[in-house]
Amino acid sequence: MTFSVLAGLKKFKIPHNFVVKNIYEYYAKWIREGKLKVNSDWNKERKIKFTVQDPCQIVRKSYGDPIAEDLRFVVKSVVGEENFIDMVPNRSNNYCCGGGGGFLQSGYKDQRLAYGKLKDDQIQTTKADYCIAGCHNCHAQIHELSEHYGAGYGVVHLWTLICLSLGILGPREREYLRDDLKDVNVFHPEMEE
Amino acid sequence: MSSQEAVKLKKEKRSIFKDKVMELLPEGGNLNLCLTCGACSSGCPATGLEGMDPRKFLRMAALGMDDELKSSPWSWMCTMCQRCIYVCPMKIDIPQLVFNVRASWPRETRPKGIRGSCDMALRNESGSAMGTSPEDFTFVVGDVLEEYREAQPEFAEMEAPVDKQGAEFFLNQNSREPVTEPDEMVPLWKILHLAGVNWTYGSKGWGGENYCMFLADNSAWETIARTTAKQADDLGCKIYLNTE
Repeated sequence: MTFSVLAGLKKFKIPHNFVVKNIYEYYAKWIREGKLKVNSDWNKERKIKFTVQDPCQIVRKSYGDPIAEDLRFVVKSVVGEENFIDMVPNRSNNYCCGGGGGFLQSGYKDQRLAYGKLKDDQIQTTKADYCIAGCHNCHAQIHELSEHYGAGYGVVHLWTLICLSLGILGPREREYLRDDLKDVNVFHPEMEE
Repeated sequence: MSSQEAVKLKKEKRSIFKDKVMELLPEGGNLNLCLTCGACSSGCPATGLEGMDPRKFLRMAALGMDDELKSSPWSWMCTMCQRCIYVCPMKIDIPQLVFNVRASWPRETRPKGIRGSCDMALRNESGSAMGTSPEDFTFVVGDVLEEYREAQPEFAEMEAPVDKQGAEFFLNQNSREPVTEPDEMVPLWKILHLAGVNWTYGSKGWGGENYCMFLADNSAWETIARTTAKQADDLGCKIYLNTE
């Protein structure tokens, strides 16, 4: 995880010859350079709405607002600017979802869901159909919040949407998506089991 | 407002845990600079859990209420997300206070789930919270890659190398995918393929997660960080790329 590597190298003074980066920056770069020819045409008629969770580890704790901007650039490129709704507050000022810090593994489930109420309220206020969560802990926690508090919004990885917009997302790579995205641009539909 | 009893201080002199933590932090984490404004608590999702909030936690430390501070399970309910630092006019590092309170718990009393994930990561050189060995990981990656190259001929040239010497990017991987949903690794491989990226996984240190940090087990965190950093350096990678 970005922060554990960055903070670990510093805290334990570990010599190294590389730089630590997060992939959001590169998704944005590759789209800008025309290497990933994404577009949002698939969502012009459907108008499926998306919001995005700024992962604390990547945004506030590691690279700050610039990477949050890259994240938004990528999201808007793949779902359409008009179909993106930001939570408030956001970017470096975003609320943690409650999945991080080991909370998911700590056994304090009731407290974890109570912690997540603020995040669930934020997401529900956007009225988005999906929350994009680029981090596994966020993904698991927000999915549980959606079920627990009953709003029923979906949770989706960013790479899934990038591939969907590129028309290269096969049936087994989208198994967790809800019906409204199951049939969009299916690549090699015969792979369905 | 909840009606909680006022905190009663005992007379005897306490060992001050806060002072010990301050010695460990740059600028002492600014732990003595609290203006008691409450900006931290008003925007903290953990406020109210176990009757605690970040300001109260810090005030208790300042008052030397070390036993109460250490015995509250709240230090495991703060996610150390650092929003309190972000909004604090004095940039007080409450998350590091929390981290050190966690570290003060005898290891065997820390939450079993986090401890288990950390222990798994120490089983072999993968650094995977699911204990997956380098051999199993390498096998799964190769197996899934072969299947997709065949089934989706547009990606017949796609690569997912492990230990490729001289690759530009060293990519790590959350172990949930290779272990429980291997098809989920593929979208990222496709993106890297289309972008023409020269990348590799490492057979050692590929695990993208690090629960030892959350467990506040410093030596285990260091072991994992050293393993993955060494692998990236041994392969000559210029960029250590995280997906999360």
